[in-house]
Amino acid sequence: MDLELLIGIFPQVLIDGITLGFMYALIALGYTMVYGVLEFINFAHSEIFIVGAFVGVELLLGMKAWGWLEALPWVIVLVLILVAGMAVSGVLAVIVERTAYRPLRDAPRLIPLISAIGVSFFLQDAIRLFESLWRNAFNLVYPTMEVLNTRFEISSTIDVSLKSLVVVAAALLMLWGLYSLVNRTKVGKAIRAVAEDQSAASLMGINVNRIISLTFLIGGAMGGGAGVLFGVQYSLINPYTGFIPGLKAFTAAVLGGIGNIPGAMLGGLVLGLLEAFAASYLSLLTGGAFGAEYKDILAFSILILILIFRPKGLLGEVVRERA
Amino acid sequence: MIGRLLDRPRPATIIAIAALGGSAWAVAHAPRSILLFMLFQGSILLLYFARLPRRLKMLLTVAALGVLMPVLGTINAYYMEIAIQVGIFVALALGLNIVVGLAGLLDLGYVAFFAVGAYSWAIFGSPQANLIFGGDRFPLSPWWFFAFLGVGVAVAACAGILLGLPVLRLHGDYLALVTLGFGEVIRVLANNLDKPLNITNGPKGITPIGRPPIFFAPLLRAVGIEPNPNIIYPLYLYALVLLIVGVTILVNRRLEDSHIGRAWEAIREDQTAAQAMGVPLVRMKLLAFACGASFAGAVGVLFSAKQIFINPESFTFMESIGVLAMIILGGMGSIPGAILGATVVTVLNLQVLKGFSLWLNGLRNAGTVILGYDLSNLPTQLEPAKYERMIFGLILVLMMIFRPQGILPTRRRTRELGGS
Amino acid sequence: MRKLRTRHVLSALAASVLLVGVTLPVAHPVAAQSKGTIKIASQSPLSGGQAALGEGIKLGAQLAVDKMKGGLEKMGYKVEFVPFDDQAKPDVGVANAKNIIADKDIMAVIGHLNSGVAIPSSEVYKEVGVVMISPANTNPVVTDRGYPNVNRVCGRDDVQGVVGSEFAHGTMKVKSAYIVHDKTQYGQSIAEFFKADAEKKGVKILGFEGTEEKSNFDPILTPIKAKNPDVIYFGGIYDQGAPFFKQAREKGIKSKFMGPDGMDSSDLTKIAGKAVVGMNYTSAAGPASALPKAKTFVEEFKKKFGKNPEPYAAEAYDATVIAIKAIEETAKKGKVSREDVATAVRKAKLSGITGDIAFNSIGDRQKAQYFVLTVASDDPAKWGDNKIVKQLTIAPPEPKK
Repeated sequence: MDLELLIGIFPQVLIDGITLGFMYALIALGYTMVYGVLEFINFAHSEIFIVGAFVGVELLLGMKAWGWLEALPWVIVLVLILVAGMAVSGVLAVIVERTAYRPLRDAPRLIPLISAIGVSFFLQDAIRLFESLWRNAFNLVYPTMEVLNTRFEISSTIDVSLKSLVVVAAALLMLWGLYSLVNRTKVGKAIRAVAEDQSAASLMGINVNRIISLTFLIGGAMGGGAGVLFGVQYSLINPYTGFIPGLKAFTAAVLGGIGNIPGAMLGGLVLGLLEAFAASYLSLLTGGAFGAEYKDILAFSILILILIFRPKGLLGEVVRERA
Repeated sequence: MIGRLLDRPRPATIIAIAALGGSAWAVAHAPRSILLFMLFQGSILLLYFARLPRRLKMLLTVAALGVLMPVLGTINAYYMEIAIQVGIFVALALGLNIVVGLAGLLDLGYVAFFAVGAYSWAIFGSPQANLIFGGDRFPLSPWWFFAFLGVGVAVAACAGILLGLPVLRLHGDYLALVTLGFGEVIRVLANNLDKPLNITNGPKGITPIGRPPIFFAPLLRAVGIEPNPNIIYPLYLYALVLLIVGVTILVNRRLEDSHIGRAWEAIREDQTAAQAMGVPLVRMKLLAFACGASFAGAVGVLFSAKQIFINPESFTFMESIGVLAMIILGGMGSIPGAILGATVVTVLNLQVLKGFSLWLNGLRNAGTVILGYDLSNLPTQLEPAKYERMIFGLILVLMMIFRPQGILPTRRRTRELGGS
Repeated sequence: MRKLRTRHVLSALAASVLLVGVTLPVAHPVAAQSKGTIKIASQSPLSGGQAALGEGIKLGAQLAVDKMKGGLEKMGYKVEFVPFDDQAKPDVGVANAKNIIADKDIMAVIGHLNSGVAIPSSEVYKEVGVVMISPANTNPVVTDRGYPNVNRVCGRDDVQGVVGSEFAHGTMKVKSAYIVHDKTQYGQSIAEFFKADAEKKGVKILGFEGTEEKSNFDPILTPIKAKNPDVIYFGGIYDQGAPFFKQAREKGIKSKFMGPDGMDSSDLTKIAGKAVVGMNYTSAAGPASALPKAKTFVEEFKKKFGKNPEPYAAEAYDATVIAIKAIEETAKKGKVSREDVATAVRKAKLSGITGDIAFNSIGDRQKAQYFVLTVASDDPAKWGDNKIVKQLTIAPPEPKK
């Protein structure tokens, strides 16, 4: 065990963890907001997330073909694809809600859950179908924007790429935007009201259905933005890439306290860091016996442990009063 | 209209026998036609709905499954394969039916028990165990296969209890997710337990796995048939599958009608009320998991003997959702529903999608033009056989919206969820 | 929401069965095995991440069938080519294999791409003795089992791994290496061969990791960067290797890159771009440009399919030609049976595009070619311009008794 090595890679692993964590946080927001107002796990959110990534890559490839990619400053390009991804994902989430969840709102809990799983599966192959017809390939690669790969030296052994900084910055912006929306606007107050007590909220004159749709829109947009960032960070996507990160993000939401927005952010960060550390250190610590391949079950094990020992999560659940 | 005809015994008998006989004859003469085979399967389904005297129905079912199917299967080995797969999935669906349908515990990681059963025989029925224990004692003699059917049941039941313990207090949504996680954990373990001790050989899989011995070979030779393994094994495995499915159905029926089954249904309807009525929640839930898992374990053993090769890719979330889709389609908590659902979904996957794909490929190669669109221009990545997820997804969503009680529901479910 | 009644459902079910039945053709071969049709099947991944290589195999075989079927057609047979998609997954391969053996017209299988799929599928082929000729399966286990119906026209990994290690040590003069593999039959075992030989030569192995990860390689790359090896060897296929190398460069890792024939595809540069320019990879089958009779082949391929042949297309072509010639031989004797075709294939000698081909007693190619190449440019269209740095002809190891 090379202690110097272990300490040496610490900062880099920290950075990796934070980048990953913010991505999980963004996705987790979608889960937690929907759970907050409906007490319902939107299984299809992982596909909403990856749709954003696909929108981003299609737009980037289009821009490359039209020559815009070189012509525009990278900030503009990034903003464009983020907005596009968020818009499409948000709208998709609303469509899904209207068609597959709203008719089942009064059914026993099992029913909409199964419907959500169905939507998730359907969307995976729908994306594949679309991409097969449109581009005859569904494993897509994000065109490289060289400028994002410039590295900044923080010290002799640590350097950060512009890409990571951009991803974290974008995530922070989105999180701050969401926080302001939920806590400082009237709409946000309506959402919180519906989350707390649906019937009371409707008595207060709030159009519950509209607010629910809006929640899906915002949650979906967050997921879509996360998708674009994911594509930018890791380059290669396919229609099935969304599933595992979606699952982990849900774990993060539960970890932080389901329904609790700051909880989702915290949960995402914690999970991202844990995963990065496990992946990088596990094989070093066990001498190769257990390696990075176990990082996925780490998330699930955490889920199980949390649900057994602290089901309310780190910051406590925010779910509505049971009538 | 046909329904009404089937309600009267005499026309029903005629129709049933005609359908069975006719389609079987047709398949025998045109063995590569998937369409005709589906008609044959349809005619077996017809048997279920025909209002025939019980003895006659049993006789026809035995004739269809026990005589006609094996004969057709020998003519075209692919049909035997389909029949065996359907049987395996029927057993799996019946097992999940206990957990989800009867007890109301949404288990999304059911395939884990299947994997546990399969790997238990795979490890000891192949040279793999030598890597674990050293030496040369393995693979075990093929006779051990029958013992391992029991071992598979036991190991899977233990896994079921292991899963059940931490999730006892969780409610619907969380339960689903934890079980999903459990399924994934088993898969990742199977994929990575090749070091430090090589238990599962990771993604490379385990092969060759032993098959049960043809102990009736002397019997065959006495009748003058020379046992050719390639022909005998599919039939042998088919018989085993039928046996296991039969036992599963029997056990399910008994459980359904017993106080255990009623306890489960009480838990499903309202946990708190059930507890107030004196139902021991912990014991019943664990029993549900264990029972459901044990069926998966048994067919898992059969599965690995049939495949001769298994690897973690056969035990993914897709399979869990597939089995779930089967009982959703057929009707949760209903035994005939589970059987129907399993058959329809498996046939969809194996025959319809693949047939459609092959057909499309044929047209594409021939350069056919439909409505002015030259099919040879179809993107090569567009392979209809690959879209089983879409089918599953559609089944789940549409069933939930339009007919949540399934195609062949139990009467109680119908009253509960609406419908005729 | 209208709730459906039972009889509606059942009628719908019946109607859909009929509908499917009616539309599911007639064009579909309803005819039983006709004596007059001979089919050659191919199995390779036609969708998913490795589709580029799999397509190459399929198209190469197709070209051969279209070009060489004349002989059999003159004898009165109809010749068809049936491609299958094994999706690089063992259970799909096995399922397709069962379909293949059920179709009695299929006399030969050209495939697979992935050794992990070929090995279990060949167990199925063995049941009926249908011959499998592999253009790309390099794992030793494929032929080491000594099946009479399994052959390959490419080299073996136990040789390829050594070729790579020799090059790394002797030519690149590396002192340390970090090895990553994809945990498949192919990737893991060639990584192990490379590791064993490199260790023997005194190269320090700083790490040996397996991963199934397809997108996020950050956690694996961090320790690699810290350990700073001279070369990173990725045992696996380009769909995983390319993002891995790309992210490695983006992280600022300066080590040299190296890989086996799984890297041999223009999609490597399509995905990784500049990151892989200058990297070396070994191949157990030659690039089209190096082959003596390549020019005509490349031109015909381009004319028929509109693109340059991917790696293994030429090998698939040769494999198919061998199959067709073997079938012709058995046809001349009267009945065409699968066992006879397999025997004829094992005895075959062909002077093909990839050189002279003959098989030894277990089906290995008697004089296989091994290459070390360098990636020349980040333009996928220029993959054929990759420079051959080393070319060796090596006989396979003696079959173990």
